[in-house]
Amino acid sequence: MKAVITVIGKDRKGIIAGVSGELAECGVNILDISQTTLQDYFAMFMLVDMADATVGFPAIQKKLNSKGQELGMQIKIQREDIFNTMHEI
Amino acid sequence: MSAMINKENILETIRMIQDENLDIRTITMGISLFDCADPDGVKARKKIRNKILTLAGRLVSVGEEIESEFGIPIVNKRIAVTPISLIAAATDEEDYVEFARTLDLAAKEVGVDFIGGYSALVHKGLMKGDRILIESLPAALAATDVVCCSINVGTTRAGLNMSIIKDLGHTIKETARLTADKNSIGCAKITVFTNAVEDNPFMAGAFTGIGEPECAINVGISGPGVIRSAIEKVRGESFDVLAETIKRMAFKITRVGQLVAKEASQRLNVSSGIVDLSLAPTPRSGDSIANILEEMGLESCGTHGTTAALALLTDSVKKGGLMACSYAGGLSGAFIPVSEDAGMVEAVKNGSISIDKLEAMTSVCSVGLDMILIPGDTPDETISAIIADEAAIGMINSKTTSVRIIPVYGKKAGDQVEYGGLLGKAMIMAVNPFSSHDFIQRSGRIPAPVHSFRN
Repeated sequence: MKAVITVIGKDRKGIIAGVSGELAECGVNILDISQTTLQDYFAMFMLVDMADATVGFPAIQKKLNSKGQELGMQIKIQREDIFNTMHEI
Repeated sequence: MSAMINKENILETIRMIQDENLDIRTITMGISLFDCADPDGVKARKKIRNKILTLAGRLVSVGEEIESEFGIPIVNKRIAVTPISLIAAATDEEDYVEFARTLDLAAKEVGVDFIGGYSALVHKGLMKGDRILIESLPAALAATDVVCCSINVGTTRAGLNMSIIKDLGHTIKETARLTADKNSIGCAKITVFTNAVEDNPFMAGAFTGIGEPECAINVGISGPGVIRSAIEKVRGESFDVLAETIKRMAFKITRVGQLVAKEASQRLNVSSGIVDLSLAPTPRSGDSIANILEEMGLESCGTHGTTAALALLTDSVKKGGLMACSYAGGLSGAFIPVSEDAGMVEAVKNGSISIDKLEAMTSVCSVGLDMILIPGDTPDETISAIIADEAAIGMINSKTTSVRIIPVYGKKAGDQVEYGGLLGKAMIMAVNPFSSHDFIQRSGRIPAPVHSFRN
């Protein structure tokens, strides 16, 4: 299963390192990373593959939530299907 | 999007969910209760409880799983069962309130928001169970919290059962009286249908029809906020641009509904039913159908042009939605409940909308006069006549119409009533003061229209 991680907040050091560290611990593979700025905010997107994940979706979600709090960013993980179904025919 | 990130698409989806209130209004599990019929009422109710607990035991947790994995809120989880009049008729009981209590307790046990199906289909006449169910309806609604009830009083093929429409005026008033301590909330759980559908996921009118499978998941979409913000960007453009913009957004909204329907039915291992393409508002600000119509260029919902605007909206939502899902069904259109829509509430308050205009609007949208609060002393016959007018629109136009009207006990036109939650708040609307008494006192049926004879 593939998922999209979005990280939105004020830019700071260690965002990619922090998030990818958590993902590595859970056996989640990063397929692609992209970033952009939205007004004053920084937004980072990661496409990840969870096929070899060592923990379930809720556990990864929980880890990312607490990492988000630590970094002062909003971190979301959503299954990729929602974006594909909405925007592709 | 394999191994590639489309930032615009991701941000658009997130904005629709976070800022524009995109959500799934409901996943509704339809459950057939036919195998629960038993001459012994106690045994029948035990079977009903067991069946609901077995099939819907995981409905709420699966719904929450989907919400969390896809990041899309699912506002309600609900159950719709076979009309109880058909199941309870196997018993020799003279009152079905115990059946309503069983549904209420089972629904609370599995944690759903509502359970529909305390229903009877009486468009041509009453069977034994129908009569008992309708007679026990006020007491059943007073004794329960989450049970919803629907009565089908007409179809295009059968005409209108005016005798039962006459009785329902009284039934609704009696329900209002018995639930007077909660602003007559019992009436918010009665829907009077014409051309009722068997797979509707929305309340108060959801029940599982006799042509439905043993168990199925039907999904109701929402998303007025998303449509409003999309058309805000095409202000002043022509109607073809407006229609196209709505179609595109309806497609996206419906695709989410289709995804949720597929996931929920797979995880629960039951049939995938339909996606209902209805734009359902909520009382939250920015989640209003009235505001969409106003964004199209009307100063206030209800003014001249409102019916045309609503016709365009309903049709565009259907066109966009139909391509986005495998099976569309249910009511599919746009709901215009008054108390559940902050823009409608405002339109009532500023005097731009009346019951008469709402009635005209129901001829071009789903479903009907919905969540309309009227004075508590409205005569029974006037309520029956309001139902008859709405039913006539449904019958002649071969569409579903409904009436969910609340004669709030002890309140008069202009008073404010607050229900909270999805039911919202509203001002009591005035009804026509002239009598419909002699018309309603005629009994019998209004014959089916000529164009129903298609064979």
